[in-house]
Amino acid sequence: MTAVAEQTGAWLESFTKQPPAPECLRPLREAAFARFAELGFPTTHDEDWRFTNVAPIARATFQVAAADRFLRVPGGVEDLSPQEAQFDLASLAAGRNAFVALNTAFLDKVTVLRIPRGAVIAQPIEISYEVPDQADAVAVHPRTLILVGANAQCAIVETYKGQGQYLTNAVTEIVIGEGAVVDHYKVQQESRSAFHVATLAVTLGRSANLTTTSISLGGALVRNDVSAVLSEGAEATLNGLYLVNGSQHVDNHTVIDHAKPHGTSHELYKGILDGKASAVFNGRILVRKDAQKTDSKQTNKNLVLSDDAVIDTKPELQIFADDVRCTHGATIGQLDAESIFYLQSRGIGLSDARSLLTYAFAQDIVDRIEVQSLRDSLERSLFEKFHERTR
Amino acid sequence: MSESTNTIETFANREYKWGFVTDIESDAIPRGLNEGVIGLISAKKREPEWMLEWRLKAYRHWLTMTEPTWANIHYPPIDYQDIIYYAAPKSKKDGPKSLDEVDPELLRTYEKLGIPLQERAILAGVAVDAVFDSVSVATTFKAKLMDMGVIFGSFSEAVREHPDLVKQYLGSVVPSSDNFFAALNSAVFSDGSFCYVPKGVRCPMELSTYFRINAKDTGQFERTLIVADEGAFVSYLEGCTAPMRDTNQLHAAVVELVALDNAQIKYSTVQNWYPGDKDGKGGIYNFVTKRGACRGVNSKISWTQVETGSSITWKYPSCLLMGDNSVGEFYSVALANNYQQADTGTKMIHIGKNTTSTIVSKGISAGHGQNTYRGGVKILKSATGARNYSQCDSLLLGDKCGAHTFPYLEVRNTSSQVEHEASTSKIGEDQIFYCRQRGISTEDAVSMIVHGFCKEVFRELPMEFAVEAQKLLGVSLEGSVG
Repeated sequence: MTAVAEQTGAWLESFTKQPPAPECLRPLREAAFARFAELGFPTTHDEDWRFTNVAPIARATFQVAAADRFLRVPGGVEDLSPQEAQFDLASLAAGRNAFVALNTAFLDKVTVLRIPRGAVIAQPIEISYEVPDQADAVAVHPRTLILVGANAQCAIVETYKGQGQYLTNAVTEIVIGEGAVVDHYKVQQESRSAFHVATLAVTLGRSANLTTTSISLGGALVRNDVSAVLSEGAEATLNGLYLVNGSQHVDNHTVIDHAKPHGTSHELYKGILDGKASAVFNGRILVRKDAQKTDSKQTNKNLVLSDDAVIDTKPELQIFADDVRCTHGATIGQLDAESIFYLQSRGIGLSDARSLLTYAFAQDIVDRIEVQSLRDSLERSLFEKFHERTR
Repeated sequence: MSESTNTIETFANREYKWGFVTDIESDAIPRGLNEGVIGLISAKKREPEWMLEWRLKAYRHWLTMTEPTWANIHYPPIDYQDIIYYAAPKSKKDGPKSLDEVDPELLRTYEKLGIPLQERAILAGVAVDAVFDSVSVATTFKAKLMDMGVIFGSFSEAVREHPDLVKQYLGSVVPSSDNFFAALNSAVFSDGSFCYVPKGVRCPMELSTYFRINAKDTGQFERTLIVADEGAFVSYLEGCTAPMRDTNQLHAAVVELVALDNAQIKYSTVQNWYPGDKDGKGGIYNFVTKRGACRGVNSKISWTQVETGSSITWKYPSCLLMGDNSVGEFYSVALANNYQQADTGTKMIHIGKNTTSTIVSKGISAGHGQNTYRGGVKILKSATGARNYSQCDSLLLGDKCGAHTFPYLEVRNTSSQVEHEASTSKIGEDQIFYCRQRGISTEDAVSMIVHGFCKEVFRELPMEFAVEAQKLLGVSLEGSVG
C-alpha cells in the first residue's frame, strides 16, 4: 500500500502545481483527483487488468505536460471551448478507471468538436497528439470530446505519436446523435519506449452508426479501452489491428453494451505477434434485458510468429435477453504451412512467402479503412515492416 | 407463441419428481466445525493417524482462506458452523457386506429413483457403489472386479485397506490447499469412491456411483479418487438425485483422476439434485472441484457432465495434460431453470508436447436461470504442437434468463492451435412453426430441438446414462420454449 501512497503523492504534487484550470473545469478536476487517489493504479488482481501489469507506469515519475496538438478541422465542424460545449465531461468516462480519473484530474486543453445536425463532412477530421523528445519523462493527458448532431456524417482520424520515454493517457468521448454516421480511426504510433493508455467511450443514439478502427503499432506498454453503448437500432463496428514485436505489450479491452433492442454489432480484432511480444484481447458483449433482436458478432484472430510471444484472449458474452443472435470466436495460430508450401511451389522464397501471408492477414483490417490517405500510409508502413522483418 | 409459452409454464411448474425423505435414523454429529469434529469424523470412520493429520492440516489451511467471490453466482452467505458435517444411516451391523445386508428402506428409496440395484447390476452389468448420505452402503460386483485386480469401493475402506495407494495419490491432483471448498472437503470429507485399475487392465464394466443427500441439513463432502495405471481403461459413472428440502444444502465434493502412461479415464456425471422450487427457495449448493491429471504419455481423460439440478452449480472439471500426446476432453450440458444459477466450465492446461483438448459446452437457460460458461485454456511454453478446440453454445428459453460466456485463452507457445467459438440463440419461431406444420406439438418440437442441441454431448455418455440424461432434460425443461 505504501507504494500506492507514494505514487499518489507524486501525482498530487503535479496536481497541485499545475496551472489553474478554467472555472468550469475546477470542480471536475478535483473530484477526479479524489477518485484517482481512492482507486490507485490497478493491479493484476483486478480482473480487467489481469494480464497487463501497469507497475512500470505506477513506479515511474513523470512531469505533467501537454502534447503538441495538430488539428485539421474541415469546414462545417465547430471547434468549441469546453464551456461552450456545455457538456458534462465527467458523464461518460469519469470514474470508470484510475487512468480516466487521472486524465480528468489534469484536464487542460480539451479538444471539443461539434458536427451540427445533418451536416455531411466529406473531409476527415484529423486530430494528432505528438510528444516531442524531452529530457525528462513526461505524462500527457489528451482529452477529446466529439459531439455529432443528429443525421450528421463525418470521419475522424486520431493519431498518437512521439519520441522518447513518456506516458500518453488519452481519453476520447464521442456522442453520436440519432441517425448519425461516424467513421472513427485511432492510429497509435508511439515511440517504442512509451506507455500508452487510451480510453474511447462512444454512445450511439437511435439508429446511429459507428465504425471505429484501432491500429496499434508502437508503444512499449499499450492499453486500449473501447466502449460503445447502443440505443435502439444502432449499429457498431469495432475493428482492430495490433502489430507487436520485441518486448511490446498491447492490451485491447472492448465493451459493446446493447442497452436497447434491435442493435447490431460486429467486431473484428486481429493481432500479429513476434519476438517476445505479448498481447491481450478482452472483448465483452453485454446484451441487456430489454435488448431483444440484438445481432452481435465478435471475432479475435491472432497470428503468432515467434516462440516467445504470449497471447491471452478472453471474448466474453453476457446475455440477459432471449431473442438475440450472438456469436464470438477466437483463434490463435501460425501461418498455414500449406499456404506457405503453395507459394514456395510457385517459386516464392520462404521469407517472402511468410511476409506475403502475414501482410495478407493484416490487410483484412486495412482494407476496411475508408479514408484513402490513411489506408495508403498504413499499407506502406505495413509493407516496410514485414519486408524488414523477413530480412 | 402463447401456446408454447403455456407449455413452458407447465414445464417450469412441474414439481421435483424425486423429492422425498427416507425415514432412516441418521447417525449424525453435532452442528459446527472445529478440530474436535474432524477428530470425531476420523474416529467414526476408524481412520489411521496420518489421515487425521491430513484432515487437520487441510482444516488449518482452510481457516486462513476466504470464500471465493469471482463466480457469476449469488447466494446468501453460508454459515459453516451451522452445518452437520457427518451423517451416516444407522445400521444394525457395522457395515453391510453384501446387497442382502442393506437396509430394505434404503433399497426402496433407490427403487423410487428408478435404480433397482440388483436388477441394474445384473442387467446393465454395472457395479453400483451407492453412497447414501455419507457411507457407502452397497458395493456390488466387487469380487468380479477384484479378480481382475481392480480395486473399487468406498473411500474409507480404501484408507483402511490400501493406505499406500491412497497416500500416494490423495491430494496429488487437487491439493488440500487448492481452493476454499477443496480445503473444506479435505478437512471433513465423509466418504466417496476409490478406484484403482492396475497396469494393462481394461475395467470390464462401467463403474457407477449414486450419490444422495438424505439427512436434513448435512452437507455431503465426498471425495473420489480414480487411478488408472499404465495402459488401463476405466469408465466411471456418477449420478445424483436428492430429496426436496427447504434450507439450502451445501455440497462440496472433490474428484481426483490420475491417468498414467497410455491410460484412459472416462468420467460421466448426471447431476440432478434438488434445484429449489419455482421461486428459487431451497436447493443444493453444488461447489465441486474436479480435476484430472494425464500424467503419462498418450493418456486420456474425458469428462462428460449433464447438470440439470442444484440451485447453484460451481464446477470446473479440469485436465492437466502433462504427458506428451495426452488428450483432455470436456463435454457438458448445463441447464438453469427457475432461479437456478450455473457457473461451470473447464480448464485445460497443456504442459506436454502434442497435447490435445476438446471442449464442447451446451448451456440452456430458462425461467430466471443464469448460465455461465467459464473456461480456461492454457498452453504452456513446453506444450509444442498443442491443439485446442472449444465450442460453447447457449440456448435461451424465455426472456428473463441469462447466458454468459467467459473463456480465457492463454497461449505461451506458437506451435499451438487454439480455437474458440461460441454462440447464443433462442429456438426460432420458424423452427417451431416448421414442426407444428408437420403435426408435431410445440412441446415435442421444443424437446426435439433441445435434444438436437445437446446431441453432441449425449453421444459421449455411456448408453445407460444417455437415456436417463435425455429423460432428465425433458423433465427439467418441459415446455420451456420462447
